[in-house]
Amino acid sequence: MSLLDALADRDRVFDFLVPASSPVDVRHGPILYLEDVNVSFDGFKAINNLNLTINDGELRCIIGPNGAGKTTMMDIITGKTRPDSGQVWFGSRHNLLTKNEPEIASLGIGRKFQKPTVFEALSVFDNLELAMAADKRVLPTLTARLSGEQRSRIDEVLETIGLESLCGRQAGILSHGQKQWLEIGMLLMQRPRLLLVDEPVAGMTEQEMERTAELLTSLAGKQSVVVVEHDMGFVRSIARQVTVLHQGSVLAEGTMDQVSNDPKVIEVYLGAEEEA
Amino acid sequence: MSLSSTPSSSSPLSHLWLTRPFSERSTRIFLAVLALALAVVTVLHLALPAGHPLHVSSYTVTLLGKYLCYALLAVAVDLVWGYLGILSLGHGAFFALGGYAMGMYLMRQIGDRGVYGDPVLPDFMVFLNWDSLPWFWHGFDMAWFAFLMVMLAPGLLALLFGFLAFRSRVTGVYLSIITQALTFALMLAFFRNEMGFGGNNGLTDFRELLGFDLRSDATRLGLFLASGVALALGYVVCRGIVGSKLGRVCIASRDAEARVRFLGYRVERVQLCVFVVSAMLAGVAGSLYVPQVGIINPSEFSPLFSIEVVVWVALGGRGTLYGAVIGAILVNYAKTVFTGVMPDAWLFALGGLFVVVTVLLPKGIAGLMTRRRKADSDTQLKEATP
Repeated sequence: MSLLDALADRDRVFDFLVPASSPVDVRHGPILYLEDVNVSFDGFKAINNLNLTINDGELRCIIGPNGAGKTTMMDIITGKTRPDSGQVWFGSRHNLLTKNEPEIASLGIGRKFQKPTVFEALSVFDNLELAMAADKRVLPTLTARLSGEQRSRIDEVLETIGLESLCGRQAGILSHGQKQWLEIGMLLMQRPRLLLVDEPVAGMTEQEMERTAELLTSLAGKQSVVVVEHDMGFVRSIARQVTVLHQGSVLAEGTMDQVSNDPKVIEVYLGAEEEA
Repeated sequence: MSLSSTPSSSSPLSHLWLTRPFSERSTRIFLAVLALALAVVTVLHLALPAGHPLHVSSYTVTLLGKYLCYALLAVAVDLVWGYLGILSLGHGAFFALGGYAMGMYLMRQIGDRGVYGDPVLPDFMVFLNWDSLPWFWHGFDMAWFAFLMVMLAPGLLALLFGFLAFRSRVTGVYLSIITQALTFALMLAFFRNEMGFGGNNGLTDFRELLGFDLRSDATRLGLFLASGVALALGYVVCRGIVGSKLGRVCIASRDAEARVRFLGYRVERVQLCVFVVSAMLAGVAGSLYVPQVGIINPSEFSPLFSIEVVVWVALGGRGTLYGAVIGAILVNYAKTVFTGVMPDAWLFALGGLFVVVTVLLPKGIAGLMTRRRKADSDTQLKEATP
């Protein structure tokens, strides 16, 4: 074996030798792995020895009272906040703590914020077109033309989010729920491996909630989905695995039935909600 | 609605951003109306005798040519304001720079026929006792160089200004104020004799352009037609940009800039490119304006003029392009009439018109047309979807 080959072989040892665009390695199961993560803001421990593993293709719900660190956790995964200590891995190859926000986004982690922001003056179709993974420089954008493949990708996503009949309408006329779905669709256009969804059903009607539940469940399997949600009814309707956060660390983990019967959980969260 | 009827899918020409506009109904109508107007004016000017009631005089032809230059300037402003959300209150500066580049060429064309008869130096330089041309006047005796500078000078200024402004993410009101300051600073600079642009009096006393006598009726008609063609080309370029994916990125960044960044687009580069294109179009408009009015002086840099341009666009309807053309022509026609009848009342009339349109027609005159069309498509959609 030549020296060059030996050096090349070392990319198993030194992760900086791995090209940033290399595929996510999920052979060992987890697509997202957080270990002993700590974050404090001005002495307040927002995240306290957090350990969390998300498996490839899983749909995971994360619940917890206000201030449990749910949003901070999302911020750490997407690179917006740097933890004081701990490890965050995407697959078993990408150390997310060494990457910035755009790099993490291009690795395939999509995040949907609580408030839907779609481009209201553009049509639903155009919204998806802009979100599509493509050459985003100025001149290629000027001369860009949809290929048949890209068009069918948009149609596919339109079907997934159930907005086919509205594809030519302005996004501004959509209802709140439809905007949320469109934004999930915009994330899907970038073919993410992991979707982080922050409170998707806040402000939705019952029917919209049901539809969202269907949408998120249908995504799992193809993508891994992490949903942060307050609405217990909604979580019950979609969740296979639930993680309860409390004061920055995991309080309980398991199926909805398991966690809702856990006395610690009842005390800090479910109990408090039933009283209220 | 079926998926196959999504926008811009059917035309075989849609692969080129510049040819796409020709397959759009609004562009075809606009170009047809413009061509018809140019043809009618030409025929009425050439075919009818001077005494005929329908005869278009040479004065009117030049006046209309001026309106067309203003219309091109308005289109340039609408491109950045209507689609990119950048309210430029300094586009007059790019217009004037294009005008000065043309003016310098026309000055060099005078040659030794000036009052002082100097073969090289324009009159004002002789008057100031200068003995040689300043370095930046060299090359302007060549038409190709001057015509290149008509676009390059405003383009470079816009590139420098835009690079600094957009890189530091200056937007909204702040950007508007800086553009205003830019044109004001240039006005003060050009007023100074030492700048070498004729100071207060500017450049005037032009004689010929490419060998054609500027005072002859034929040249005036030619300039009018050239302005019309420039407007058509500028319109098609702008329409091509706003109809492309880049145009949709512009609209998206106008409404939610941070979200566009999050999608991976370099918003500041998009803004810079479109801003430079707009400035170059404004420069072309200025260069055609100068030989028709016969003078360029620093008052074209006046902040007031740039604000007036914005009023034209607002009146005509922002974000439509053809609205800007309608607004520019209507307001300037009104200005010609009003300043003739009641010179003191004009500014009140303009202000009043602006208030009325903003309150009653927030989308301008063009909004009247799109409102009707939208109502039609809404009823169609209701019928199509159960």
